[in-house]
Amino acid sequence: MPEVLLETRGLGKRFGAVVAAEDVNVSVTAGEIVGVIGANGAGKTTFCNMVTGYLTPDLGQILFRGKDITGCTVGQATEAGIHRSFQIPQLFPGLTVYENLLLAVGVFGHRRPPWWQPLVRPEVENEATAIMERYRIAESATTRVDRLPQGVRKLLDIAMAMVGQPAMILLDEPTSGISTKEKFDVMGNVIDALRKSAATVLFVEHDMEVVGRYADRVIAFREGRVLADGTPGVVLEDPAVIEHVVGRRPGRAPDA
Amino acid sequence: MTLLRRVRLTTAGIAVATAALLALWPLLPAWAAHTVGVSLGGGLVVLGLLILIRFGLVSFGQGLFFAIGGYAAALANQFLGITDMLVLSVAGIASAGAVAWALGYIVRGHRGIFFAMLNLAFSMILFGILAKTVVLGSTDGFSVGVPTLLGFAPDPEAGRLTFMLFGYIVVFTAVVAWWVDRILASPIGYAGQGVRENELRLRYLGVSARGAVHIAYIAAAKLAALGGVFTVLLIGHVTPEDTAYWTKSGEFVFVAILGGSGNVAAPFIAQTVFELVRTFALQYAPDAWQMLLGITLLLVILFLPGGLWSLADRLRGRDA
Repeated sequence: MPEVLLETRGLGKRFGAVVAAEDVNVSVTAGEIVGVIGANGAGKTTFCNMVTGYLTPDLGQILFRGKDITGCTVGQATEAGIHRSFQIPQLFPGLTVYENLLLAVGVFGHRRPPWWQPLVRPEVENEATAIMERYRIAESATTRVDRLPQGVRKLLDIAMAMVGQPAMILLDEPTSGISTKEKFDVMGNVIDALRKSAATVLFVEHDMEVVGRYADRVIAFREGRVLADGTPGVVLEDPAVIEHVVGRRPGRAPDA
Repeated sequence: MTLLRRVRLTTAGIAVATAALLALWPLLPAWAAHTVGVSLGGGLVVLGLLILIRFGLVSFGQGLFFAIGGYAAALANQFLGITDMLVLSVAGIASAGAVAWALGYIVRGHRGIFFAMLNLAFSMILFGILAKTVVLGSTDGFSVGVPTLLGFAPDPEAGRLTFMLFGYIVVFTAVVAWWVDRILASPIGYAGQGVRENELRLRYLGVSARGAVHIAYIAAAKLAALGGVFTVLLIGHVTPEDTAYWTKSGEFVFVAILGGSGNVAAPFIAQTVFELVRTFALQYAPDAWQMLLGITLLLVILFLPGGLWSLADRLRGRDA
């Protein structure tokens, strides 16, 4: 029986009159790749923010590996093994791709190695190089991040989130801002690399083609509640999901 | 150039400079030795600013900790009768460290102009207190005796600036600069770049940006205090206006921009240039001194935005 990695019980969050989450009960098993879908404002990002400690839920509990992590800080969630990437990549724009990864590898868990040692030691350099190769961004190594194309930025953002080998990673719209042509390349690279790292993945996505292709399981949100939860085949065909989330039958060519 | 090589090169540079200064002692006229000592003292304050600048922060109130260091040493000497320069240095560093630890909880949540001006505010409060405290000589300040080192007292005939004090300042400064360079190259130093570039990402790497700023703030304060101790021991007198007044804090920021933040040596080079220009300008053009400063700053910002240190990078033919 695989381990239940993440479990939320009756999660609730309000911003004034807006219900961002209500009675959200989700459980994710180790090794799963879960797609999270929903219209804008359905509560997908709020869910990510609560799980990673960025927001504290008003109600309910978050369990990670059976441990209650409700109300923990971002730092504590990160230490527990939940990392995330961002819809808008959060990088160190004035540094190169390589320097970004050096910095990430070097400061991650900075209390463990003797912190007065120079950051750039062979093991740090090797890990940064290995990550660049795993995510196929090594050819941009010496490019400053603010001069990178969006697709590479997205990859680097996810690569940065994978520093420290988290047990679970939340990807917030990994293909947003990427051209239709590039999106399967980017997503293919990401899923490939994530499978190699044996990470459990929860990804928020608007593109139903991407969800259908890469998710083992899909959770649909609507107005802060879980509307449907199951295999892509079932959830993406659910009439309520089609009406409120997809807006059209899956499989048909996208408008773009 | 790799970081490791840069750290080694800086270490070698510091060792050579230290040996050269100690060897030059018999040849240096008294005013020049005094200028070196005062420049190292001021340079330590600017080194603290360099750390903050690496974190994307600037403080317009480092005079606060410069004054705390100077006054702590002077008070320990005057009221407790302590003459050992090592003990006086520790007293200065510890006092500033404690104050910075407490104030750090207020400033660590602020960035940019708010961080800069909060520190200015604190320094002006201290200035006000010192200037009104009669027992500390109010605006006139008070004197400090000639310091000793580990039981050795200098020859009473030799005056204030002896090889003992000079050597102490040179060696202590060298060790501190070497140590700061290693810290800047370590994960905590790199966390500073993270604070400057993107705090959100840093938090998601498990590093507390506020905690890192707090550590940098305390480190900068301790450096400023040590600079204050050295300056007071060299001059033999401490006043509020020469330590905590806002023009003094502004001077340190001026020197930080003049030197640039490229290397731990930059603050000391810039402070020496500053002291020399001031010495000669006050002698030959006392009325034009402020104007001269203004023009210098203008030229540096326009033509050397990386400070004097970027000249060294240009000579090596790589961009800063």
